[in-house]
Amino acid sequence: MRFCPPRFCPPRLRPPASRVPALLAFSGQVIYYCIAKMEKGIIEILEQLPQIHSRIHELRETILADVVMIGEIPAPTFHEERRVEFLVNRFTESGLQNCSTDEVGNALGIYPGKTGERNILIVAHMDTDYDSAVDHTISVHTNAIVGPGVGDNAVGVASLSTLPFLLEHLGIELESNLIMMGSARSIGRGDLGGLRFFLGNTDIPISHGLCVEGVTLGRLSYSSIGMMRCEISYKVPEEYDWTRFGAIGAIVTINEVMNRILEIPLPRRPRTSIVLGSIHGGTAYNTIATEAVLRFEIRSESGEMVVDLSQRIADIAAEVSSHSGADVSFNVFAQRRPGGIQFAHPFAVRAREIMKSLDIKPRISPSTSELSAFIDKKIPAVTIGLTNAEDLAKPTESIEIDPTYTGLAQLVGLILAIDRGHCDEPK
Amino acid sequence: MNLNEWLKNNTFHHSNFWDLKALVEEKERLGITISLCIPTLNEERTIGKEVVIFRSELMTRYKLLDEIAIIDSGSKDRTRAVAESFGADVYLASEILPDLEPKRGKGENLWKAIYQLSGDIIVYIDADIKNIHPRFVYGLVAPLIYRPEIKYVKAFYDRPLAFSGGVRPSGGGRVTEILTRPMFSLFFPELTAIIQPLSGEYAVRRDVLAHIPFPIGYGVETAHLIDVYQKWGMQAFGQTDLDQRVHRNQTTRDLGKMSFGIIQTFISRLKRMGIVTNDFQVGTIFRQYQVQDRTFEEVEQVIAEEERPPMIEIPEYRTKFKVE
Repeated sequence: MRFCPPRFCPPRLRPPASRVPALLAFSGQVIYYCIAKMEKGIIEILEQLPQIHSRIHELRETILADVVMIGEIPAPTFHEERRVEFLVNRFTESGLQNCSTDEVGNALGIYPGKTGERNILIVAHMDTDYDSAVDHTISVHTNAIVGPGVGDNAVGVASLSTLPFLLEHLGIELESNLIMMGSARSIGRGDLGGLRFFLGNTDIPISHGLCVEGVTLGRLSYSSIGMMRCEISYKVPEEYDWTRFGAIGAIVTINEVMNRILEIPLPRRPRTSIVLGSIHGGTAYNTIATEAVLRFEIRSESGEMVVDLSQRIADIAAEVSSHSGADVSFNVFAQRRPGGIQFAHPFAVRAREIMKSLDIKPRISPSTSELSAFIDKKIPAVTIGLTNAEDLAKPTESIEIDPTYTGLAQLVGLILAIDRGHCDEPK
Repeated sequence: MNLNEWLKNNTFHHSNFWDLKALVEEKERLGITISLCIPTLNEERTIGKEVVIFRSELMTRYKLLDEIAIIDSGSKDRTRAVAESFGADVYLASEILPDLEPKRGKGENLWKAIYQLSGDIIVYIDADIKNIHPRFVYGLVAPLIYRPEIKYVKAFYDRPLAFSGGVRPSGGGRVTEILTRPMFSLFFPELTAIIQPLSGEYAVRRDVLAHIPFPIGYGVETAHLIDVYQKWGMQAFGQTDLDQRVHRNQTTRDLGKMSFGIIQTFISRLKRMGIVTNDFQVGTIFRQYQVQDRTFEEVEQVIAEEERPPMIEIPEYRTKFKVE
C-alpha cells in the first residue's frame, strides 16, 4: 500500500481541506489513502463524461424514436399494459435477463454485471394522467418533441428502453447488476403501488435506487417529505330537506371546508403546507349541486405534523357536515413518510459532482415520487431529471431534445459512480 | 383467376411479419437492398417523426433499410431542414435529372426516386401520417422478401373503431368507393380485390418500377395498378393490412380534383386498350362552383395528367444502373 502525502498529491485528488483533519484524526494514513483512491476513481468518471455525452448524441434517433413510440401508447394509471408490453419487448430485444412483468404490471429486466456485487434498481414510472381517449400523437421538431405526457414520463421510460443499447454503444461493462423497471401504478391513486410491490416482494438485495423522471434537468432529490393526499366528498342525500339551512348545496359546503382549512395555522418549522389541488362539483348553471369533491395534499418535513393536520381536516369535514346534514367521506389515497439520505452522503455528493461536471445546475428539493418507496425500505436512492419541458401536464407538453443527451450522460455517470463503489455509505 | 383465392394467399397483416430479426436475415440472405422514399411538400410537422422512427427502428436496430430519402417538391416550410437534421438524405426533385423539363407533382417525385435511390426494392410512404410506425415499412417490404413472385405490395387500413361482429364491408376512402372501384369493376374486375387502390404506401421491385410510366399527378397509383396488372397479372400483387392510418382529411372539393385526375388516367389506359378511340380528347379544365352573396361563381383549375415514360427509357438511368 502506498501512501500519497498531501503535498505530492495532484490538487484535484486532494480531499477537501475541511474533510482531511477529521478523517486523519481517526486512522491517519490508511483513511487518507482510501479517500485519494476513491477521488481518483470518480475523477476518471467525471473526465469521461464529455465523451459519453457526445457518443450518446450518436444514438439520437434511437432515443427519440423510443420517446415517440412510448409516448404514443396510452398508459393511464392502472392501465399501463400496452406500455409495459413495449418496454418488455425492448428489454428482450436488448438481451436483458429475466424480462418479465409481475403481478401488478411492472416491466422488468436485468442487465447483468460481471460480478453482481451490487444490484442497482433504475426506475421510471410508466403511467400518465391522460385517459386513453386523449389523442396521444407526438410530433418531432428540430429541437423539441411535443405531445401529452412526453416529459412526464415518456422520456424517462425511453431512458430505460435505450439504456442497454446505450451502454453497449459506449462500451461500458458493469460489475453490478442493473435492474431496470418501468413501474406501474405509480402516480395519483396508484400511490407508488408498482415499486412498493417489487421492493416488498423481491429477494434481490437492492444496494441503490435511481429514479428517472423526464423533467427537469437539474432535478436532484434524495430525501422525501411527509405527504398525504386526501379527498373529501360531500353528497346531499336524496331526501334532503332543502329548507333546513337554506338551499346551499354541496359546493358551498365544500367551500366552507376550504375556508376552515385555510384558517389552520401552519408552522414555519417544520416546513409545512397544504395544497388545495382540485375541486369538482355540480352539473349545471341552475341546479343546486348535490355532490362536490375536494382533493388536497398535506406536506411537511414532519411525519407527525402530516398526521396531525389530516386529523384536524377530517374533524373539520365532519363538523361542517353535521351543520348541513350532507354525507361526507374522507379518504386518504397516498402517503409518504419523510426520510432519505443526507446532503453529505456519498451518493448525493457524487450526483452533485456529476451534474456540476456536465454544467447542470442542481435544483435540490425533496420528492414525493418513487424515491419514497426506496426510503421506506432504507435503500439509498436519488431522483434525477433528464431534460427541460414546457406546458407540463397539458396536451401541448413539450421537451427540449438537446438537453436530453446531457440528462442521459448524467444517468450513465451516476450508474458508473455507483458501480465503482463511489456512492457507498462509509463503513 | 379466383379472386377469393388471391385474397387468401396475397393479403397479409403486418403482424405476420413481426419478427424483424428473421426478416432482416432473409433480406441479407437474398443480398438485396431496400430504399425508403418519402415524397414531401410542406410536411415539417410530420416529417421529423417519420425519419426518426424509420432510422431508429429499421436502420439502427434492424438493418432492413439501406437508405431513407426525402424527395421534395420545393417545400416553402422547413421540411427539408427538419428531415436533414435527423439524418435523412434530402433531394429536391427539380435537381434530379435536371436536363429534363421540370414537372411538379407527387408522381414526379416517385418517378425520380427510381433514378436517385439505389435499392432493389423501393418503398414509398406518404409524409403526412400522424401515427407512423415501423409496420408501415416492414409490412409492405416483407411480402417482397418472402415471396419472389410478388412484385408490388399495396397498403390498406382496416381497423374499425367499433364493430359488433359478423360480416361488415371492407372499404377504401370516398374516391375509391365512388370512382375507382366502380371503374375497376367495369374494365378491370380483378383489380377490385385491391382493398385500397389509392393508398400512398406501397413497396415495389425496381425492375417493375423502371418499366412502367408514371403520371405525375393524382393518377399515379391508379396507373400503376393497371399497368402492373396488364404486364404481370394479379399474381404480381400483394396487399398488407397496416391497421390504421391517421392523417389529414381532405375536403370534398380536393377529392373532386383528385377524381378528375384519376378519370384522365383511366381514359388514357382505355385508349391504350382500344376501348376508347384515340381521337377522343379529354378536357383538362376542372370546374367547381362557389357561392358568394347568393351569386354563383365558376372556379376553374387546369389539371392535366402528364406522364413520365418508363425510367428504363431514360439514358441517364441506363448509364447509372448499367442497363444494356
